[in-house]
Amino acid sequence: MDLKRAKVGAPSKQRIGRLSAQQMLRGELSDPELEAYVEQRLLTTTLEKAQNWARANAVWPATFGLACCAIEMISVVGSPRVDAARFGAEVFRASPRQADLLILSGRVSVKMAPVIRRIYDQMLEPKWVIAMGACASSAGMFNNYALVQGADKFLPIDVYVPGCPPRPEALMYGIIKLQKQIQGEPDLGWRERYRAEGTEEVA
Amino acid sequence: MPDATGLELIARRLRKQIGARAVVATSFLRGQATLELRAPAVGDALRFLHDDSQEPFDFLASLHGCDYFPEEPRLGVHYQLLSRERAERLGVRTRLRVEAAEVPSVVDLYPGADFQEREVYDFFGINFAGHPDLRRILMPEDYQGHPQRRDFPIGGEPVLFTHNEHKLPRWYE
Amino acid sequence: MSSRGAGGVDGSRQGRAAVGDPLAVPYREREQSVTLARMGEPVYGSEAEALADVETELFTVNMGPHHPATHGVLRLLLTLEGEVVRELIPLIGYVHTGIEKSCETQSYWKVIPFVERMDYLSYYFNAQAFCMSVEHLLDEEVPRRAQYLRVMHLELNRIASHLFWLGTSALDVGAISMLWYALRDREMIMDLFEMSSGARMHTRYLQVGGVFQDLPPGWDAKCREFIATMPTRLDQYEAILDRNEIFLQRMKGVGIVSRETMLGLGVTGPLLRATGDPWDLRKAMPYSSYEDFDFRIPVGTVGDNYDRYRVRMAEMRESVKIVEQALDGLPEGPYITNNRKVALPPRHELATSMEALIHHFKLVTEGFRVPPGEAYTAVESPRGELGCFVLADGSSRPARVHMRDPSFVNLQALSQMAEGSLIADLIASIAMLDPVLGGIDR
Repeated sequence: MDLKRAKVGAPSKQRIGRLSAQQMLRGELSDPELEAYVEQRLLTTTLEKAQNWARANAVWPATFGLACCAIEMISVVGSPRVDAARFGAEVFRASPRQADLLILSGRVSVKMAPVIRRIYDQMLEPKWVIAMGACASSAGMFNNYALVQGADKFLPIDVYVPGCPPRPEALMYGIIKLQKQIQGEPDLGWRERYRAEGTEEVA
Repeated sequence: MPDATGLELIARRLRKQIGARAVVATSFLRGQATLELRAPAVGDALRFLHDDSQEPFDFLASLHGCDYFPEEPRLGVHYQLLSRERAERLGVRTRLRVEAAEVPSVVDLYPGADFQEREVYDFFGINFAGHPDLRRILMPEDYQGHPQRRDFPIGGEPVLFTHNEHKLPRWYE
Repeated sequence: MSSRGAGGVDGSRQGRAAVGDPLAVPYREREQSVTLARMGEPVYGSEAEALADVETELFTVNMGPHHPATHGVLRLLLTLEGEVVRELIPLIGYVHTGIEKSCETQSYWKVIPFVERMDYLSYYFNAQAFCMSVEHLLDEEVPRRAQYLRVMHLELNRIASHLFWLGTSALDVGAISMLWYALRDREMIMDLFEMSSGARMHTRYLQVGGVFQDLPPGWDAKCREFIATMPTRLDQYEAILDRNEIFLQRMKGVGIVSRETMLGLGVTGPLLRATGDPWDLRKAMPYSSYEDFDFRIPVGTVGDNYDRYRVRMAEMRESVKIVEQALDGLPEGPYITNNRKVALPPRHELATSMEALIHHFKLVTEGFRVPPGEAYTAVESPRGELGCFVLADGSSRPARVHMRDPSFVNLQALSQMAEGSLIADLIASIAMLDPVLGGIDR
């Protein structure tokens, strides 16, 4: 009896794993095997995805501490417990020209708002803004004459991190969400889990 | 703190020095002594208390303003004096009407009153005669209005609930 | 203080002094970038130099609100001659939040979180000053256990504030690794705060009449762990900085201000103690059972930046001692006053007692009423005398809350410290001044 071994379609994952580089170099792999091998071992992607991956993993924040949230932000970068440098935010650049991310940490007063806007304008594209804390997202507990009621009145904000002040872990979660957003897979949160895409309110 | 009798003695010496009408009232609440003076006499009184041989108060701990609305006279300036040798505090206050809100400045006596008088000017509109540089300090310098007065509105935005979210215009409308 | 022309209310000044007046530019123009073209004619340094045909211009530079080395949003208008600072004008108000105005619309209980956010590095001290004023007006007695708990948390907050100061000041001067060490220890203190009150910062732990809740089990052990390790850590930090040649050259002899000038300016705290004056409210006018503890007041000799640094380092050691003594001597008893009109009843009573329910309801909705009066009480915060003035008008909301913030008054000493010195010395002086802009701007 003859046993026919036929290679059907795409090789299985285990099969690909067992293919060795030697076989590929000697030209012993068949076409579907070769294709699967290259796909698994080498990185092929579009330029945009690569660019987004690089941008997300090397976000350099600008030192922009305004008030109490700045203390927790410095804890994120300075304390050994939650270390932003692990996620690419290696240096906090003082000059806005060299920074990608503006973490608005603290209360945005009416006197300070044009200064923040000017610094945001001085940042080069691509740039993102995280509103850290309740005072930057909405005015927090300070519904009065002295604060801008939410920094999104004059700046486009990408991620809002609530808290008064948010824990360093919360800010880190916000930065990771921003990274996912940059990579083109924005995390829609509960809308993903409940499949409620389309219920976002866009102001 | 100077006790109640000590406070009366200070008041008596002040009256003798500056004038009987300068000291309006004395008040003593659970260990804290306050003298109330008439506004034009404040500079001389603080200088007297600073140089007094018997009980000098040579440190200005705080200078702040207050709005007693709706009682008249409405505005008040408070000085908290401290004597470090005797570890005693004395409060001096003066009440002013809005139309005549003028107090002599004590910057030449206590240079630390500079920023604090500017803050009182900024928030209450009280003019300090003799201050070298009376500008607004915390609000923008061309701001209209004096925020800490009690008839100045608190500002801010109305909070949106379900019952009023359709009635109030959003900020982008 | 240098004499200047009379001030107009719109921010411009009529008449220029002999030295070029940076405030002569009207306010709105000054808020734009300051460039030489906007300053009008350049001003020569002195007549002699103008005659000698040497052009030295006094150059006005804005050390803007967004700057890595000003601790917060402090704006300084510097008039420079070369690298030397000739005149320094601080412009503040960039984080002004209107907290004092907001306090007038809230009940006394709700004012505590507002007031905590003023001097945001020493939040327990803000709450302590306010609670002491209200207790003075209410004639409320704080139980001894609550006083000891308050002292422990206040001193831990003092250590945390000084550690943060140490980290950021060393960062400004160039010793960048100190930031990581200081924040590592600060994390231990934040853990303790989180264990006792649930939050790391702005904990609302101090309440009128006592503290919010008693210590959880395990806090004692964790605090003792901290007390055991802290002195060795402080030794290590001193080993890094104390005799470091660069640190000494930057700090020794820099920013000397005499004691009389400081007293005239109303400066208190480590700045005053560095000049040799042992004025500390914890010893001079003790509050909240500070008289039960045995600690010393570190005092400097010369009054330069190095003395300010040494005073704060020594204060951290003394604070560790106070925390240890408070832990050892913690009395039994209630952690908040029994007066149900002021403090919330314990939750188990709400199930059985009608009065407790009514008190709880009234306290949470309306709040307690304070009889009319005024009170000013002061505590010794890490930056100096933090006073709180409360004017009560008989209702459940304060009519005026004013915090005499130490950084606000201490900022006036900055021009004394920095005028005549180089820009680098100015940075070191700002670091040693330890300003917290939340307290300055409120």
